[in-house]
Amino acid sequence: MTAIPLVALVGNPNAGKSALFNALTGARQKLGNYPGVTVERKSGRISLDDGRPVELVDLPGTYSLDPTSPDEQVTRDVILGRQEGERLPDALVIVVDASNLDNHLRFALELIALGLPTIVALNMVDLATRDGLELDANTLSADLGVPVIATVAVRKRGLDHLRGALEGMLDGGPRQLRPSVPDIGFDARRAEARRIARAAIVTETPSRRLTAAVDRVALHPVMGLVVLLSLLFVMFQAVYAWSQPPITMIEGWAAAAADAASAALPDGLLRSFLVDGVINGVGSVIVFLPQILILFFFILMLEATGYMTRAAFMMDGLMARVGLSGRAFIPLLSSFACAVPGIMATRTISDPKDRLTTILIAPLMTCSARLPVYAVIIGAFIPAQTVGPGIGLQGLVLFILYVAGIIGALIVALILRVTVTKGKSSGFLMEMPKYQFPRIQDILIGLWQRAVIFLKRAGTIIFASTVILWLLLSFPKPPVGSNVSPVDYSIAGRIAGGLNVVMEPIGFNRDISLALIPAMAAREVAVSALATVYSLEANDDEAALERSLGDRLKGRWSLPTALAFLAWFVFAPQCISTIAVTRRETNGWRWPAFMVGYLFALAYCAAGITFWIATAAGL
Amino acid sequence: MRLHLFPLRQPGYIDSVDWSVLSASEGQRLREFGVCEGASIEALHRGGLMGRGPLACKVGRMTIAMRRNHAEAIDVRSGPETPAQ
Repeated sequence: MTAIPLVALVGNPNAGKSALFNALTGARQKLGNYPGVTVERKSGRISLDDGRPVELVDLPGTYSLDPTSPDEQVTRDVILGRQEGERLPDALVIVVDASNLDNHLRFALELIALGLPTIVALNMVDLATRDGLELDANTLSADLGVPVIATVAVRKRGLDHLRGALEGMLDGGPRQLRPSVPDIGFDARRAEARRIARAAIVTETPSRRLTAAVDRVALHPVMGLVVLLSLLFVMFQAVYAWSQPPITMIEGWAAAAADAASAALPDGLLRSFLVDGVINGVGSVIVFLPQILILFFFILMLEATGYMTRAAFMMDGLMARVGLSGRAFIPLLSSFACAVPGIMATRTISDPKDRLTTILIAPLMTCSARLPVYAVIIGAFIPAQTVGPGIGLQGLVLFILYVAGIIGALIVALILRVTVTKGKSSGFLMEMPKYQFPRIQDILIGLWQRAVIFLKRAGTIIFASTVILWLLLSFPKPPVGSNVSPVDYSIAGRIAGGLNVVMEPIGFNRDISLALIPAMAAREVAVSALATVYSLEANDDEAALERSLGDRLKGRWSLPTALAFLAWFVFAPQCISTIAVTRRETNGWRWPAFMVGYLFALAYCAAGITFWIATAAGL
Repeated sequence: MRLHLFPLRQPGYIDSVDWSVLSASEGQRLREFGVCEGASIEALHRGGLMGRGPLACKVGRMTIAMRRNHAEAIDVRSGPETPAQ
C-alpha cells in the first residue's frame, strides 16, 4: 500500500494560510507536535474529486528558508525533507497574499526553485480588490511557471480549483528535491519578485484605507492605550457576565446526575465514589467551560482581526523597560487562556534570553485554569454589587487579580533580565497585518479544539487526581464509635495535618492544605478537591449537601483566609503541563525547577502578606 | 534624513541603510520585510508616550513595526520612489 500523498501548505505569516487550511479541511484536523520540539503540527485529510485522500499539513509561516526561530526552522526542515517524523511533501501549496505580492513572491520563488510539484494559491483576492488592486492570475502563472489559483478561503469556487489542480499534480512517482539548487541569491530574487508582481497588476489604487483609519486610533499613544485597556476590561467582565446562563445549566445537569446516582445506588462506597468523587469533583471543574471558552473567544478574535500585533506595538515601550519586546506580549496574552500554548508561542521570539524570560514569567499570567478557583472564592466572599455604571465589584476584583499577575510578571522580568537572563535587550521587528473581519468558521474551529483539550483534561488529569484524592480521603475509616472526623482520620487528612504546620502562618486551614496536594496536577483541581472534601464531610447531612461549594466555604473560611488563597493562586505554579512544556522548551530540568521554586516562594509571600494585612485591617 | 526624524505620513524612499549597526538577524528580517535601498517608505505612527515606543511604517505594501535603533540605521529621502532600482 502506498502512503497517502502529503501536501504542505507554506507561505509568509499573514498570508491567510490557516484560514485556507480551515476552509479545506473543516473540523477534520489533527493537532500534534513534531518530535523533539514543541512546534505544533496541524494536519487534516481532504478528498480530491476522484476520491483520493490527501494529507494536508499547515506549516508555520516564515519569510524565507533562512530561519530565525524554532518554528521557522521546522518549516524549512519539512520542506527540505529533513524534519524527523515527517516525510518529504509530495507537493507544496504556496499561499501568497494577493495584496502583498512583491514580498510574498520572493519567498515563493525560493520555494519553486526547490523543484517539488507546486501550486501557488493567490489568496485573499477579495481584500486586494477592497484595497483597489486587480491582478491577472494567468500572467502570474506564466511568469512563475507553476499553476496559480485565485482563492478566498470562504468561497467554494477557488477551493474546488485548488483541489482540481492538486489532482493533476499528485500523479507520478516519488518526489525528490531538485539536486544542487542554483541559488540566485536574495537580492536577485527580490528584483525578480518585484518584476513579476508588477507584470501581474492590472490596476492599482492607493491601498489600505480601512487599516490606516483604524490604526490612527489603535496605534495612537493615548487613544490606543485606552482602546487596549478597554478591550481587556470588557474581556474580563464578559467572562463573568456572559457565562452565568450556561454555568447554571451545567450545574443543573451535574445536580441531576448526582441525584440520579444517589437514588439508583444503595448507600455505600460505590455511591460515595460516584457522587462525591466523580460527579462533584469533575463536575465542579467542567462548570467552568463556558468561562474558558469566552476567554479563548476574545483571544482568537484579537488574533484573527489583526489587532493582536497592534497590542504588541502599544506594549513594546513598556516591555522594553523590563528588558523584553512587544513581541513577548502575544505569548503572554495567550497565557491568559493557558500557559502551555503561551509558552509554545514564545518560539516566534528569536532572541534566546528574551524567549527564556518570557517562558519563565508566562505562568504569572492568570490562566483559565485559575478561573474556577477565583470564581468560587469571589462568588462566595465578594458581594455581587455594582461600584459604578456597568462595573460589578466581582468583575473588578477579578480584574485586580489579573493586574496583580501582570505587575508581578513585569517585576520578575526586570529582575531576571539583570540577573539570570542577563544580556543585551533584543529588538522589536514585526509585520502588522491588515485588519480583517474574522471568519466565524475559524473562530468556531479554534473554540472547538480548546473545548476538546479542556474536556480531555477534565476526563484524565482532573478525573484521576479527584479519584486519588477521594481514595486518600476515604481510607482508612475511623473505628466505629470514634468521634474523630473521617477526613481527619484519613491518609490525606494526616498528610494535610503535617503540611498545615507550614501553611498555617499564611492563614491557610487544613482543608486548603488538603486541596493543594492534588492541585499540584492542575490548578482547577483545587476546586474539585474542596468540593470532594466538603461533600464527604457533609456525608449524611442532606441540608449541607444541598448547598453550593461557595456557601459551604463561606461558613468555614474567614475573609483574610479567602483573600490569602486568591493571592496564592496569582503566583502558584501548580500545573504539571506547564512544567512539562517548560522542560521541553528549555531542554532540561534546570529552568522548570527554577521556575517552580521562585513561583512557590512568591505565592507563599503574597498569601502571607495578604493574610496579615487583611487581618490587621480587621476584615 | 534618518527615518526616526522623518515626518509622519509623508512619502519617501530609502536612500541607504547602514547594515553594519544592525545584528545579522535584524538585518535579515528587515530585508525580508522589503527594506532596501530605493524601496518606498512612509512613517505612520510613533508608539508610546513621548515618542519612546516603536515606529510603525509602511514599506512597499506592508506595514511593519521597528524600534528607534533600527530607524536610526535607515536614511530616507522625501519624494516618490526612484524608478531606477
